[in-house]
Amino acid sequence: MPQETYQARTELPADEVSSRRWRRVSRLALVLIGAVGWWLLYRSLDPFAKWFTYDLLKMAAGSRMALAVEFFVFESPKVLMLLALVVFGVGIVRSFFTPERTRRLLAGRRETSGNVLASLLGVVTPFCSCSAVPLFIGFVTTGVPLGVTFSFLIAAPMINEVALVLLFGLFGWKVAALYMGTGLFIAIAAGWVIGRLHLERWVEGWVYETKTGVGQGGDETPLTWNDRARAGRDAVKDIVGKVWPYVLAGIAVGAGIHGYVPQDFMASIMGKGTWWSVPLAVVIGIPMYSNAAGIIPIVQALLGKGAALGTVLAFMMSVIGLSLPEMVILRKVLKIPLILTFAGVVGLGILVVGYLFNIVL
Amino acid sequence: MKIKVLGTGCAKCKLLYAQAEEAIAAAGIGVELEKVEKLDEIMKYGVMMTPALVIDEQVKASGRIPPAPEIVSWIMTAAAKASA
Repeated sequence: MPQETYQARTELPADEVSSRRWRRVSRLALVLIGAVGWWLLYRSLDPFAKWFTYDLLKMAAGSRMALAVEFFVFESPKVLMLLALVVFGVGIVRSFFTPERTRRLLAGRRETSGNVLASLLGVVTPFCSCSAVPLFIGFVTTGVPLGVTFSFLIAAPMINEVALVLLFGLFGWKVAALYMGTGLFIAIAAGWVIGRLHLERWVEGWVYETKTGVGQGGDETPLTWNDRARAGRDAVKDIVGKVWPYVLAGIAVGAGIHGYVPQDFMASIMGKGTWWSVPLAVVIGIPMYSNAAGIIPIVQALLGKGAALGTVLAFMMSVIGLSLPEMVILRKVLKIPLILTFAGVVGLGILVVGYLFNIVL
Repeated sequence: MKIKVLGTGCAKCKLLYAQAEEAIAAAGIGVELEKVEKLDEIMKYGVMMTPALVIDEQVKASGRIPPAPEIVSWIMTAAAKASA
């Protein structure tokens, strides 16, 4: 009798198992085909841009217009394709990290190690400045120290996957690693300083009185691979759908600079020799609220025309990491002196990074 | 049964609300739908990413907009649990 029940039990799932395996194989094949297709398309962008500019439009090789057109026709699909790939991948990675899990990891941490961990988690935890307020309250009311919370809040927007991969795609891994390393350094150091200053009195009083439910909060339903793939696809639709006009505009500006601005034009304004260029870059960057995708083509054009790397990095970090809209949102929970301290400490960190790279490189 | 959509009024919160409405219509059973926009109310659920969906005081999803069929299946499970 037991034998029979055993039989009956395995027979039904056997079907199920094989169909599940079939689904997995076909999904894998789909991913593979997609990856190969992506790569082939990506490789053919350069020849296509050349063909388009010099054969189809019959522009004179080396003319300014031709340089600008070639730049635009090559860079726009390239950046958009990189963007789609990365956003998809990161969408999947982020489905493994929730703010709830991050909060649990950070609660009750000692300061220094907490700052490091919070900054690292800031890179991978999904974050949108629109939920900065609930996140802030959730963190500080459940035992995450204020400085550690700030490390997270600084790292999350600044070290952004879009920025990293675009830097990697356009300038190589060294610049991308530099950006990530210095970004982490600023988040850790600034969070640590804010923690040392003991500024809890500048957090709005009602925040600490808020009763935050613990234990719930996270997504209750375990995610399947289909859900994760959907999260990636949704991220692409959401982010790429939103930023593509900025990317194209950025590349167009870049193309203009590429074709028409003389090679060393930027060297005089944003070169190493001008000491005031770094603070100026930071100040200009604060009210500019652009996403990484829009700013990087401009960064590329600036670098190509002789601007110093430190100055350009400072500009980029200021645009992405110090955003006016986010400060306005945080005003709900922070008093103005704390917001100013936050902006000041982060701005100072960016200045240090800017000068450091201008001196070292 | 009671469904709450938690969110401070962002664009995604409205999308989730619409999705919940659609799911309720598809489920075809009596469900009360409520928008929760006050921050301290939202924090009681420990939600750190808005929008979030709460069914019978249980957080089902936060920081994402689940598709209507998924919400329908949650509604059905919750209904079965309530009648059991």
